[in-house]
This record gives sequence, C-alpha cells and structure tokens, in this order.
Amino acid sequence: MGTRTINFTLNGEPASTAIEPHRNLVELLARYGLFGARESCGQGLCGCCTVLVDEKAVSGCLYFAVWVDGKSVTTVEHLDADGALSYVQQAFVACGAIQCGFCTPGFVLMTHQLLKHYPDPSDENIRHYLAGNLCRCAAYPEIVEAVKQAAKTAPTRTRQPR
Amino acid sequence: MNEVGREIPRLEVRAKVSGRAEYTHNLRLPGMLYGKIFRSTVSHGRIRSIDTKAASLAGVHLVVTGEDIRKLIPEPYYGPAFHDQPILALDKVRYVGEPVAAVLASDPHVAEQAAQLIAADYEELPAVYDEVAAMQPDTLVHDVLRPAGTFADLKHLKDRKGTNVALDYHLRRGDADKAFANADRVIEHTFKTQQCLHLPFEPHVAIAEPGDGRLTVYTSNQTPSFIRVEIARLFGWPENRVRVKVPYLGGGYGAKVYVKLEALVAALAVLARRPVKIALTMEEQFYMITKHPTTFRIKSGIDKHGRVVARACEVHWNGGAYADIGPRVTQKSGFTAAGPYDIENVSIDSYALYTNRTPAGALRGFGVPQLVWAYESHTDLIARELGIDAVAFRRNNILRDGRPQASGTVLRDAAIGEVLDALASRIGWDAPFDRGSGALRRGRGVAIGFKASISPTTSVAVVNVSADGSIYLYKSTVDMGQGSDTAFAQIVGEVLDVKAEDVRVVAPDTDVTPYDMGTLGSRSLFHMGNAVRLAAEDARAKLRALATEAGLPAGTNYPAAEIFKKRYGMQAGNVIGTASFVPNHTPPDAQTGLSDNVTPFWMVGGAAAEVEVDTETGHVRILRLVNAADCGKPINPAVARTQLSGAAIMQLGFTLSEAMQLDGGQVTNASLADYKIPGIGDIPPMEAAFVAAEQHSGPFGAKGIGETGTFGVSPAIANAIHDAVGVRITELPITAEAVLRALRAKAGRPLEDA
Repeated sequence: MGTRTINFTLNGEPASTAIEPHRNLVELLARYGLFGARESCGQGLCGCCTVLVDEKAVSGCLYFAVWVDGKSVTTVEHLDADGALSYVQQAFVACGAIQCGFCTPGFVLMTHQLLKHYPDPSDENIRHYLAGNLCRCAAYPEIVEAVKQAAKTAPTRTRQPR
Repeated sequence: MNEVGREIPRLEVRAKVSGRAEYTHNLRLPGMLYGKIFRSTVSHGRIRSIDTKAASLAGVHLVVTGEDIRKLIPEPYYGPAFHDQPILALDKVRYVGEPVAAVLASDPHVAEQAAQLIAADYEELPAVYDEVAAMQPDTLVHDVLRPAGTFADLKHLKDRKGTNVALDYHLRRGDADKAFANADRVIEHTFKTQQCLHLPFEPHVAIAEPGDGRLTVYTSNQTPSFIRVEIARLFGWPENRVRVKVPYLGGGYGAKVYVKLEALVAALAVLARRPVKIALTMEEQFYMITKHPTTFRIKSGIDKHGRVVARACEVHWNGGAYADIGPRVTQKSGFTAAGPYDIENVSIDSYALYTNRTPAGALRGFGVPQLVWAYESHTDLIARELGIDAVAFRRNNILRDGRPQASGTVLRDAAIGEVLDALASRIGWDAPFDRGSGALRRGRGVAIGFKASISPTTSVAVVNVSADGSIYLYKSTVDMGQGSDTAFAQIVGEVLDVKAEDVRVVAPDTDVTPYDMGTLGSRSLFHMGNAVRLAAEDARAKLRALATEAGLPAGTNYPAAEIFKKRYGMQAGNVIGTASFVPNHTPPDAQTGLSDNVTPFWMVGGAAAEVEVDTETGHVRILRLVNAADCGKPINPAVARTQLSGAAIMQLGFTLSEAMQLDGGQVTNASLADYKIPGIGDIPPMEAAFVAAEQHSGPFGAKGIGETGTFGVSPAIANAIHDAVGVRITELPITAEAVLRALRAKAGRPLEDA
C-alpha cells in the first residue's frame, strides 16, 4: 500500500514520516514510542485516545495520521516535559482521581482544554465538558474534585498545556 | 513508622498521569506477529469445513484452525473448573463469537482483512439460551464434561453426561418444609438479572514469545500463577518452562481471571516460531466473558412476630458455553443466597448451567450482586406486605456476630447491623422527606448484603532487604487499579520501619515472584496482605539474627546497611524474608452443604437510595446514593473509599442501563455506542460510610473492599422506586421503559409490545 510523507510538530519537535493513509493518529504516535493515547472503544466515545492537534482535543482512534501534516501534535507525555507534572496532573494525583489509569491521560488533556474555556468551572460545566471521556473504574467523583482543584491552582488562568 | 492508615497516593500515580505506566497494550517485541480471530456466526453447530484459502493474502504469515492446534497439543482444552474450552473450536461451535480460526501477520490490518476472508460451514444444531430451559436435557451444549481438578475448592466436581448442569449446590439447614407448614405467612417471588459485561478499557491483550523449549507470556491477566500452571499443563511441560509477566492492568473487574487469550497466543507463537500478540477490540470483548444472567426463586416463611423462620432459594446461573469459574460462583455465592439474616430453616439449590451464550464468569462480586438483588427486593416486599418498616423488619431478622450463618459457620467480624444503622442514619430514614408532587414522585429504599471470601487459597510473598537497607517486595498479586501495590508497601513499611514510597514493589513475573492463587474476589488484601506482613516479619527476624552473627549487641537498633557492612565487610548480601498464608477451611458437606468454617472473612456492604420517578416517562433520577461498608480497619482509607464508590457506580450501570442484547444468539449491541455504561453525567450525589470495624485475622485489622460497593445498589433503587410509585421491578436493568410499563400496567392501561 502506498505511503504519504507528512511533516508535523510532535511535542514541540519537528517530525517527518511516511505513512499509509489508513493508519490513525494512535498508530502514528506508537511509532514514536508514545503510548499515552490508547485506542479502546475505537469509536471516539471513551476518550482514551485523546490527543491535542493544533491545541484542540481530537479522538486519535478516528483521526487519520495523514491529517496532522503541517499541524502541531501534543500528547500527554509532553505535559511534564520540564520534569514537573502540570497543575492538572498534580491535582489528579492529590485527589486520587486515578484507578487503573488507562483513561487518565485523556481526562488530563481534556481538563487542560476545559480550564482554558472555563477557568472557574461549575459542576455542570465539568460534567458537560468531560461527557466524552469515560472511566470504567468510575473515579468520577475524584475527577470532578481534581478539575476543581486544578482550577484553583492554575498558574495563570490562560495557561496552555505546553 | 505509622504507614498503615496513611492516605498516600498510589505508588504508580505519577506514571499513570503522565501516560507512561506500563501496560501489555503498549508492548511490542522484535519480529512480532499480530493475530486476528475468525469467529463463529452460529450459536450451536457441528463444524463441517473451514475454508482458509482466501486468507492467504500478501503479508499473511500463518492461518491456524483448531485442528492445527490439536496436532501441537493433543488435548487443547482449558478452564479453571472444567477442561471444556478448546483453544480454537474443535468439532463444534457453542456460541456466536467463539474463536474458530486465527490469522497471523506483521500488520494487524492485514491480519484483520484476511480473517474476514475465512469461511466456515456448520451443521446447525438447536440452541438453548435461557438458564431455566437449560435444566431440561433436550439440547446439550456439551456431550461430556471433564473436571479440571486444579483448585482445592473445586475438587468435588464430577464427570457428567446428558446434562447442562455443570455444578449443583444444595444446602439444607434445619427443616424448611416443616417451618413453612407452621409459618404464619409464606411469601414467594422470582427475580431475574441480565447478561452484562466488565468492559475494561484495556481490552484483553496477550503476547507469547517462544524460546528454546520455553515460552514467555506477557498478558493483561489477574491470575499469572494460574496461567503458568495451565500453559505448562497444555504443553506437558514443567512450570519453569513458562514465564508469565503482568504489568499494570487497564482494568479487570474479574474479566481477566484464568485463561483468556493466553493459551491461544502460546499455541500460535509455538506454531509460528515468532512472538504473537492478540489484542481484542471493544466489540470482541462481548465474545470473551460476561456476568451470569440469573433466575432466582425465593420463598420465605414468617411467624407472627415478623421473624423469618424459613427461606427456600432456587438459583439458576446462566454460564454460557464454557464453565469458566461459574461453578465457583454457583457454590460460593450459593451458600449466602438466603441473605444476611438469622434464619433457622434454610434450603438452597443453586445450579450452574451451560447455554449457547458468551461464557459467564466472575464480575465484581462473584454472583453476590445477583443474589442481593433478589433477596433484598424480596425482603422489602415482605416488610410492605406485613406493614412493617423496611429497616425495622431487617433489624428484627439481622444476622449478628456469634450467630451461625446458613452454612453453619459462626459469624465473626461482620458488621452487618452497623452497616444497616449507618445507611438508615445517613439517609435520614426516620425523618420526613419531600415525596414530590404531580408527575414527579420520590421514594427511598435500603438494601444490605454480604459475601464470603474464596477458600481455601494460597498466597506467598517474599521481602528482600538489600545491602543498603532498601527493600523489594515480590508478589504475584496484580495491581489493576485497586491499589494493592500501595497497600502492600504500607504493610512492609509498617513492619520494617520504612516509608511505603521507598519499597520497590516488583510486578508479577512468575520467574521471580512467588505463587498467588489470583487477584480476585477481594481476596488480595486479606490473603496476600497477611503473607506480606509475615514475610516482612520474617525479614526483620533474619536481620536481627544477622546482627547477632555480626557481633552487634542484642537489643540495639542498628540500621540494616550497617548490619550488612559489619557482617560482609562491604555493601553486600541480602536478607530474604518469606511467608505463605493459607487460612483454615472446612469444605461444605456433600449432602447438606454445611461447613463450620466456610470463609476466612466476610465482606459486608449496603446502599440507601432516594429517587425521583417521572410517572409520565418512567425515567428514574437518583437524588442520593449512600454506600456503607465494613472494610475492617483500612490500610489506606482514601484508596478504600475510591474502591467503594467505583464499585457502586459500576453497579449503577448494571442497575439502570447495561444489558447485552441477543437476537438468535447474536449480540446486537456490541459497542459502547449501544451498550451504555455510566459516564460523568450519570453520577448521582454519593456518600461513602465506613463503619468502625476490625477484621481480627486480617493484616492490621483490614479486609477486602473491591466488590463490597456493588452489593446493595440495585435492590436499594428498586425498593426506592416502589416506595415512590408503588410498582415493583423484578428484572434488571431498570430502564425507563420497564418502569413505564409497570406504571401503565398498574393503571390498567398496559403498553403494547413494540
């Protein structure tokens, strides 16, 4: 099967690869040893495969790899690039908002985007915004707490994930 | 060091929030092939032929059928209770979705495409789907049943022919017939539960890597020691030629106990002489393992003081096409089927049945949630019929410490009354509340349940003190999110006076970590926790002996590093502490089902719910959900609370929405789009209450908590709905349609069937 060469930015670094058009973004990231985005339901319903493309969250299982050509891709592995957990990650740790951890990267990335739109989110904001992320261990009460705590500890109200 | 009771975050939390935690899902090996499975399209049939010619696409390495595997392994059947499940279908298929052939390719997309090109021809046979219908031997799922003989608690299973009953368990206590005849009232109901699923977000995945007459299996599995034993048995090898490694699991909940994909990848890897990985899709999980549907007929005799004097329970468990661990579910749960009540005369008949459905196993509760659904709905209905307050009726009948449970085992360290009291007080049972108005009506309900642990079982732990004093813990318990690594590190820290965060907990690797029966049934904290404590104490004693040997004065508290340096002249050596833990147990009597020591500990939990029912639509809104539990003295209360609420929310899904739909044996809703699990918007206001309790035989007073939150949720909600609108739902799930149908039937305007 034919391949196409794509050029993109991956976690702040330039990247280039030849890839078949049927491969999705999760498969592309695996080539770079990035496994934080995970294909689970395969239908864009669970949020385990969440990746930021040009700072917007997408479902990596439904997003063709070739679509990132010319774009900037950020994965959960980039959030602690400077060695320190992001404020959202720290809040998830502090609130125990994790059990098996398989869905956690998706929740963390989505919470960064949520807090960009709602610096002081209500319970309703949180539930609505995170409706596309599922947690089978059902750490939901702790996740809601973590989002609220992250909102309080955000370094600046407009800070983006790196 | 006060490590026990400290609310530290899980040890692996940083790896998990940064996406770097190790799962089998992530693992790729050099030269690895991907396997995809071709599955049966019929419920029951004899295999006439399998045509694999079209699957020989460019890039396909190998196509394998059951007959190919039979050449490698003459008896390719596995299972923890019966050796009934073929690695790939042989001679017959027994459910839609059963693996029939497998394709190996270096690109998973090629393997998938090739698998779709395989064709099979079947002589279709009549199928049986219902657990009560399966009691008749008209349609036989298996011609002959061969007991596995692996586990001590299942040694009594027998060769059987001409039946779909894999195991029947009978308990007879007192004289139920006589007590019913003399009872003031006799009340009987039937309740049903649906087929539903675990659906861990890391679907089943396993890799086998062949070596020189050896195999390494990397797998997302809760029972690494069993996998080693079973794979070695299939190949006729000693255990030490099979190595099983398990990193973190992306969820388990009972889906990943015993052999799932491991025998298949092992056989394929040996045939292909390359590493083989199979990762299921979410859809394929619907063809792997499920939770038993049940039909439970329950009858109670009540005297004029409102005391239950007799109870008869008949439970049919729909185990699907292969027994998996269903016989243990049937027996272990069976003897608690009469509920946490003090009843003199009890009869229990519990049947594990084969049908032509996806197999059923253990799902967070080993059958207990299905039982509590029935006996606590029934209990509520009795109280209503007698005109007695539902909590007062329970208090009048409750089983208390020091009294024998139905099996004859005297209850110890089971805070059943305290859990009931906590629920009543948290929900404000005796206080008036807003009963709603117009179309929106409110009600409240309560339910309690209990569960025995698995017994007899073995756990072995090793604690290794290095020459610098740093500590390793080796155990084969699998941390799938329940926090067991953290709890064990806290136990080691408590004994050896170090911080839990400084203990290196080694992930299960059967070449290194010692035997454990399995991470299931909430047994780990109690069984492995006790083994870990004893192993740490053994290490402490050996360190002291080493100090004496090194000539250090007795009674002084030298740091470990100094003891090693003094003894060996440099930073060298190890101290290995080890211990096994096997609680005492009396097997149930073959005739009466009775035992004076049926379980090493009891799990106790319950729920109280306040609901609002929309009488125009049948929609039920949970306004409050209180969960109460006895978890002994928790090792890490913060982690224990998340186990309680997580289990309750999972059960909320099984209560309100989750149901596997079948059409002629074919699953019609095998995706998260059509099978609705709870999302963040479905979570009601929840409270958790741990009652003051202590498990005296547990490590530092603790006991298991992983399943307890599931017990009371379903009946508490059904009871609250009844309280609100006067209708009784007897079958799960409680959908808006089911409630509306009941409301319309009650009003004399029944809805027509769609």
